[in-house]
Amino acid sequence: MPFISNTPQQQEQMLAEIGLTMDELFDDVPRELMAEAFDLPRGLSEQETRNRLMELAEKNATHLTCFLGGGFYDHFIPAAVHSIVSRSEFYTAYTPYQPELSQGVLQATYEYQSMICRLTEMEVANASLYDGGTALYEAMMMALRITDRNKVIVDDSVNPIYRVMIHSYTQNLKIELEQTHCEDGLTNRDQILQIIDDKTAAVIVQNPNFFGCIDEFSDIAEAAHDKGSLLIVSSYPVSLGILKTPAAMGADIVTGEGQSLGIPMSFGGPYLGFMASAKQYVRKMPGRIAGETLDMSGQKAYVLTLQTREQHIRRDKATSNICSNEALCALTALVYLSLLGTQGLRETAQLCADKAKYAYKRLTAIPGVEPHFRGKWFFNEFVLDLPYEAADVIARLIEKRFAAGFPLGRYYDGMENSILISVTEKRTKQEIGMLAEALESVL
Amino acid sequence: MKLVFEKSVPGRRAVRIAPTNVPKINIRSDLLRQKPANLPELSELDVVRHFTELSRRNFGVDNNFYPLGSCTMKYNPKVAEHIASYPGFADLHPLLPQLRMGGMLTQGALRVLHEIDLLLREITGMAEFTMQPLAGAHGELTGMMIMAAYHREQGNKKTTILIPDSAHGTNPASAAIAGYSVVSIPSNDSGVMDIEAVRQHLNDDVAGLMLTCPNTLGIFNPHVKDICDLIHSVDGLTYYDGANLNAIVGKARPGDFGFDIVHLNLHKTFATPHGGGGPGAGPVGVKKKLVPFLPVSVVIKRNDGTYALQYDRPKSIGYIAPFYGNFGVVLKAYVYILMLGKEGLCRVAENAVLNANYVKERLKGHYRLAFDRLCKHECVFTISERMAQNGIHAVDIAKALIDKGFHPPTVYFPTIVKDAMMIEPTETESKETLDSFIDAMIEIAEQAENEPEKLKTTPTTAVVCRPNETIAAKNLNIAYL
Repeated sequence: MPFISNTPQQQEQMLAEIGLTMDELFDDVPRELMAEAFDLPRGLSEQETRNRLMELAEKNATHLTCFLGGGFYDHFIPAAVHSIVSRSEFYTAYTPYQPELSQGVLQATYEYQSMICRLTEMEVANASLYDGGTALYEAMMMALRITDRNKVIVDDSVNPIYRVMIHSYTQNLKIELEQTHCEDGLTNRDQILQIIDDKTAAVIVQNPNFFGCIDEFSDIAEAAHDKGSLLIVSSYPVSLGILKTPAAMGADIVTGEGQSLGIPMSFGGPYLGFMASAKQYVRKMPGRIAGETLDMSGQKAYVLTLQTREQHIRRDKATSNICSNEALCALTALVYLSLLGTQGLRETAQLCADKAKYAYKRLTAIPGVEPHFRGKWFFNEFVLDLPYEAADVIARLIEKRFAAGFPLGRYYDGMENSILISVTEKRTKQEIGMLAEALESVL
Repeated sequence: MKLVFEKSVPGRRAVRIAPTNVPKINIRSDLLRQKPANLPELSELDVVRHFTELSRRNFGVDNNFYPLGSCTMKYNPKVAEHIASYPGFADLHPLLPQLRMGGMLTQGALRVLHEIDLLLREITGMAEFTMQPLAGAHGELTGMMIMAAYHREQGNKKTTILIPDSAHGTNPASAAIAGYSVVSIPSNDSGVMDIEAVRQHLNDDVAGLMLTCPNTLGIFNPHVKDICDLIHSVDGLTYYDGANLNAIVGKARPGDFGFDIVHLNLHKTFATPHGGGGPGAGPVGVKKKLVPFLPVSVVIKRNDGTYALQYDRPKSIGYIAPFYGNFGVVLKAYVYILMLGKEGLCRVAENAVLNANYVKERLKGHYRLAFDRLCKHECVFTISERMAQNGIHAVDIAKALIDKGFHPPTVYFPTIVKDAMMIEPTETESKETLDSFIDAMIEIAEQAENEPEKLKTTPTTAVVCRPNETIAAKNLNIAYL
C-alpha cells in the first residue's frame, strides 16, 4: 500500500499486542456512523500519476509572454532559491515548537524579519502571514485594536482584490469602511483630509498603487497622526529596491505581497503576506514572531516570542486566529534577498522601471493608444487607453502569444477601454518590441 | 552561528543582472529611498553554505520520527513536490482565467480544483468545497463567516458559539474574530464534550458549535450525532474541525455525523508538507443549504466538459483569498488522493489508529494515560506520580527524547491534561520505528523515576539547550538592524 510501512504481518503482530482486531479499533465509532463504501477511483502508480498530471499541466498556457501583473509578477528566480528551499529539513518540519530542533527555521525567521525591516525601514516585523490581502486585513484589525476606534478609510487605488477581501471580512463586525476615489492616478488626499476624524482608526493606501503610479504619503501620514489615526501602507517589496520606504513617509504599519521575492506564481498561491510596524505596536501584532535569546549555557539561540498574543494561549482574546504562517515562503523570500543583495535588488528594481518606461514609450507611440494618467511617475506598471474595449484587445493578443495586461473595466467603472500593463526585469527589449507590433496589428 | 548579515562582504555579488539596452530613467528624487536597503552582500556559495548550515540545525519528518500530536506529521511524498514544480503549474499567472476566454488558458489547473472538490465531497460527505482558505485557521474563519451569513439570511440574532475546552485555540479565536462570543464546554470523565453540558448551554443565542472529532485527546465522541441534532434543534449550525480527520478518513464521514461545515487541513490528512510552519491549506466543505454562501470564485464544469470560474453567487460571503487558495498545496493533496485511491484511503485511518494504540498499549505501564481507553490517531500521556515527586515535567521527557534522536510529542496540550504529552505516530511509520521510539521513552521513564537530575540538563546533543523564553520576551530582539 502506498506510503504505509507496516506489512500485513507486522499489523497482525501489533494487533496481537493490543489484543484487538482492526475492526475493533473502530468500535468507539457508532456503527451507524461508519461509511459503507466510498465511491473513489482506484489508486494510481507514480508513473500513471505523473503522466496524468503532466497532461493537465500542458493544458495550462505557458507559451504566453507575460505582461500581466496586478500585484502578482513574473520576476526572474535564481536556481539557488529552489535548490535551498527544497532541503527537506526545512520543508518537512513543522512550527518550531521545540527550539532545540528548529534553530534553522527560527534563525531564518529572525533573519527574514530583519530583512523585511531593512527593506521597509520599519522597526519590527512578524514571521509572515498568508498573503498580501489577509496581511492588509490583519493590519486593519491591528489598527482597530491600537486605537480602539472603528472607522477605516481605504482609497480605491489600493488593489481591488484586497479591498473586496477586507469587505468580506468585516461583514459581521461593527466597522465603518469608507472608500475614497483615486484622483488622476494618485491617492485622493483631499477627500481623505475631508473625512478623516477622531473616530478614524486608520487610512489604508498602497504604493505603487494598483495603477502602478508612485505616490508619496507624508502629507496623509501627518493628517492621520494629527487625528490620532494610523497610516497603513501596502507595498510592493521589489519596488523598495529604489523607491522611498513607507517608514520614510510616516507609515505606522506596512504590509505587502511577498510573491515577487522569488516565489513562483503558482496560480495564486502559496504566497507570502509580510507585515512590519513601529516597535511600540509589536504587542498588538498578529502572527508568529521569532526572537533572539540565550540558552542554558548562555549561548545565543532563537525562539518564538511574545506568544501571549496568540490563539494557543489567549484563545478568543488573541490578536488573531492565525496559527501557521507561510514559513517556507518567508524562507524563499529570505534566500532570494540574500542572493540579490543590496545592489542586485536595486538594479532589479531600476530595470523594472526602465523597461516599463521603455514599453510605455513604445506602446503610446501607436496611433490610438493613449496614456490614461498623464505626467505621473510609475514603477513597473502603467495604464493605457485603447480605442476599443481592453478585454477584447487582450483576447486578441492572447492569440499572438501575449498575456498583454489586465482589463481595468473588470474592477473600475468607466475604465472599460483601459489596460494595466506590467513589465518586470525579466522582459527583454525584443519582447517589448514584439508586444508593440502585436498591439498595433490588432487595433 | 553567524547571521546572514554578519557574513556580508561589501562588494560581493551572487546574482548578475542581465545587461539591458533600454535607457535608464531617473525617477523624481523625492520619490526614491534615501539609503540603500542594506541587504547582505554575498556570493552564491556563501548563501548556499549559510542555508545548508541552517538546514542542518533543523529537524523534519525526513530526518526521523516526528510524533507531534494533532499535527499529523506523516511522510510527504516526493512525487507531489516534483509535480508542483511543472512549469504548467508553477509559472501560471492567477489572473489569466479572469481574462476574456482566459479560462481556456488554465483548463488543467481548473480541472485539478474541480476534481479535488469532487473527491473531498465523497471523502467527507459534504455537498461542495471551496479551496480558498489558506490554512486550517483560515478555514475556521471562513466557516464562521458562512455561519454568520446563514443566520443573517434567516433573520436570526444569534451571538454565541459552543466550543469544548479541549479544542485548539484557533477555534475560539476564529469564532471571536468573526464577531461571536464563545462559550467553553467542559469535557467529562470520559474525555469528551458532555452531551448534558451541551443541553444545559443550549438556547436561542446559540449560533453553532465547533467540534474536533476525534478530539485532541484522540477520543471519538460517541454522542457526536446527538450533539449535532441538539444544535440543529435551535437552528444552530455545526462545524467540524478537520484537524484530526486522519483518524477516520476512509472509514467514516463527518457529513454523516450531522456536520454542516467542515474544514480540512491538507497539510495534515492529505500529506502536503508543513514547510516549517506553513504554507498549509484549509478547504471548507458545506452541506447543500449552505452552498450559496461559499466564497467566490467557484470552479464549475460546463456541459461541454470545459471548466470555468463562476462569480455570480449573490449570497456568497465574498472573497476570502486573492485567488483560488494555495493552489500549489491543493495540487499536492490531489496527487496524494489520486495515488492512494479507494483501497489506499481506508488503510490510512486503520494504520494511523493501529500505530497510536500500539504506542499507547506499550507505554501505558511507564507513563500515566490521561484516559485509559481505545484511542484513535493519537494518545495523550502524562507523567507518573513518582516522576512528579521527582520534579520532572513533560518538558523534561520531551528534551530527553531529542537526545535519543526523535522529535518530541506535543507537550502541554490539550491544556486540560496537566503535563500532557500528545503522541500521534501517523500511518506512514513502521513498527520498527515505533519500537525504537517506545524503547527510548521507556528508558527515559526509568531515568525520570530513578535519576531525574540527568533529565534536567537535556538535550545535550542539540545545537542549543532550552533557550530562555522569558529573556526573549523581556529583552525583545526580533530584528538585526
